Amino acid sequence: MTPVRNDLQMMGAMIAPGSRVLDIGSGDGSLIEYLFRTRQCDARGLEIDMAEVTRSVAHGLPVMHGDADSDLAHYPDALFDYVVLSRTLQAVERPQEVLRQMLRIGTRALVSFPNFGHWLVRWQMLVSGRMPMTATWDRAWYETPNIHPCTIADFFALCAAEGYVVEQWLAVDDDGRRAPWRKSARLANLFGEQAVFLLRRG
Amino acid sequence: MDTHDVPFAHQAATFPAPFALDCGEVLPGVTVAYQTCGTLNATATNAILVCHALTGDQYVAETHPLSGKPGWWSMVVGPGRPIDTDRFFVVCANVLGGCMGSTGPRSTNPATGEPWGTTFPPTTIRDMVRAQALLVRHLGITKLFAVAGGSMGGMQALEWAATYPDAVFACVPVAAASFHSAQNIAFHEVGRQAIFADPDWHDGAYWRTGVIPARGLAVARMAAHITYLSEQALTRKFGRRVRGAGGLFGDMFEVESYLRHQGSTFVTRFDANSYLTITRAMDYFDLAAEHDGVLSAAFRRTATRFCVVSFDSDWLFPTAQSRAIARALNQAGANVSFVEIATDKGHDAFLLDEPDFHRTLRGFVSGAAEHAGLT
Repeated sequence: MTPVRNDLQMMGAMIAPGSRVLDIGSGDGSLIEYLFRTRQCDARGLEIDMAEVTRSVAHGLPVMHGDADSDLAHYPDALFDYVVLSRTLQAVERPQEVLRQMLRIGTRALVSFPNFGHWLVRWQMLVSGRMPMTATWDRAWYETPNIHPCTIADFFALCAAEGYVVEQWLAVDDDGRRAPWRKSARLANLFGEQAVFLLRRG
Repeated sequence: MDTHDVPFAHQAATFPAPFALDCGEVLPGVTVAYQTCGTLNATATNAILVCHALTGDQYVAETHPLSGKPGWWSMVVGPGRPIDTDRFFVVCANVLGGCMGSTGPRSTNPATGEPWGTTFPPTTIRDMVRAQALLVRHLGITKLFAVAGGSMGGMQALEWAATYPDAVFACVPVAAASFHSAQNIAFHEVGRQAIFADPDWHDGAYWRTGVIPARGLAVARMAAHITYLSEQALTRKFGRRVRGAGGLFGDMFEVESYLRHQGSTFVTRFDANSYLTITRAMDYFDLAAEHDGVLSAAFRRTATRFCVVSFDSDWLFPTAQSRAIARALNQAGANVSFVEIATDKGHDAFLLDEPDFHRTLRGFVSGAAEHAGLT
């Protein structure tokens, strides 16, 4: 496997050893492998890209082909200790429903997403009047899979509206390195490229 | 045509105790013909049961003793293969109702001294699995590391996991379904009617005349074979090409010639009454119905690891049916991998050289072996 990515390490640290975990959008399976190898988790994946699914299963990882929008409904309540959605929330059809399902089938939800409130995004829109193009938001509006961008402030508001308890949150840069503005959500919303939230039902 | 009754002693185990079938009838003992490859380890924890499809048999990896052809899954099972016989002890049994040495319509009914023929009781996939369970215990195995199979073999793998959840560590149903669909039953019925319509059929008592209903069985095979292939595969292999065969109808399309060949070779190795019995067993299969109509109930609290595989051009056992299995397994909280392999080869792809499928299978089996503590 490739060297452990910062974001895997960071997310792994938020998951208790020996937990049962579902990783939605598991990609090449590196998080579930990391959780199995280093934290003895029963970690499984759900992935929409069949080539990634095949690669993961061929690597011995339990991954199934499926879609966050339509497949979560088929899991029983509270099957998992953690349900992870890494950098995918902004790309699903119904983010609110996906979050509800995550906290139905899991005790906790670990969600990361790119922060649309980052200063560069705001600056580009203000100056050019057009959709931003940054390292994180790098696809034109007509072809981006990121159909539901949100800001850290937006996400806090959704959690409040849905009654979710934010157990932990942090803002990080694109490599998953923790950003220094941990105390202020306003600063994090301005300077954080990615956000990570650990939620549980209220 | 003469009856094909090559005197050949298949390796078999006989269980003399009465064997109760799902239909309520009781067989006075059963014989299960089987082959093994590899070596059972000292703790008997490395056994993989491979289940064959409708017209398959126990010769999964080695050269077939009658046809001289390579084993039907020799690309998958063998030394260094995805199911590696250097690591695992592979068992494959001829199904109950079959014609390769296990008890079936061609066996002698001790009550009459004649072959059972069409009086052989209707059997189910679960009956087949129960017969295999006798064999597995006879071989000293209390828990199978894995059960794997394609098509009807996948049905058996699912039935194993549902019926003996504690005896199956990992389960690989390939190109399978949890029930036989109306369309599948319809195709089987065409085949059965072809056999019934053959004047040599004699209500199934064709052993009396020494002539098998070869035409009927061949037509059944031809019709079934079309369902095993995809439209793209037929086009790629044959297109509209014609070969100058002459004869009454002049030239012959290559696809016709191919199907006739499939039909005529099939009748030399398969028994018509077995074909009727086994197609019926597949038709009866409905795993959810065995559990009050709820498929996930078949796998409630299962600890088995599953790998469900389908092929995107398979219209006989389409991906939607495998996805339904995977979702039911999710509902049961099972550990499940689910992959759809891209291929144009149709249902038959599970028997063919499909590198993505073989990589998937190899990865799943070694991953599961790691979880099972097999080194």
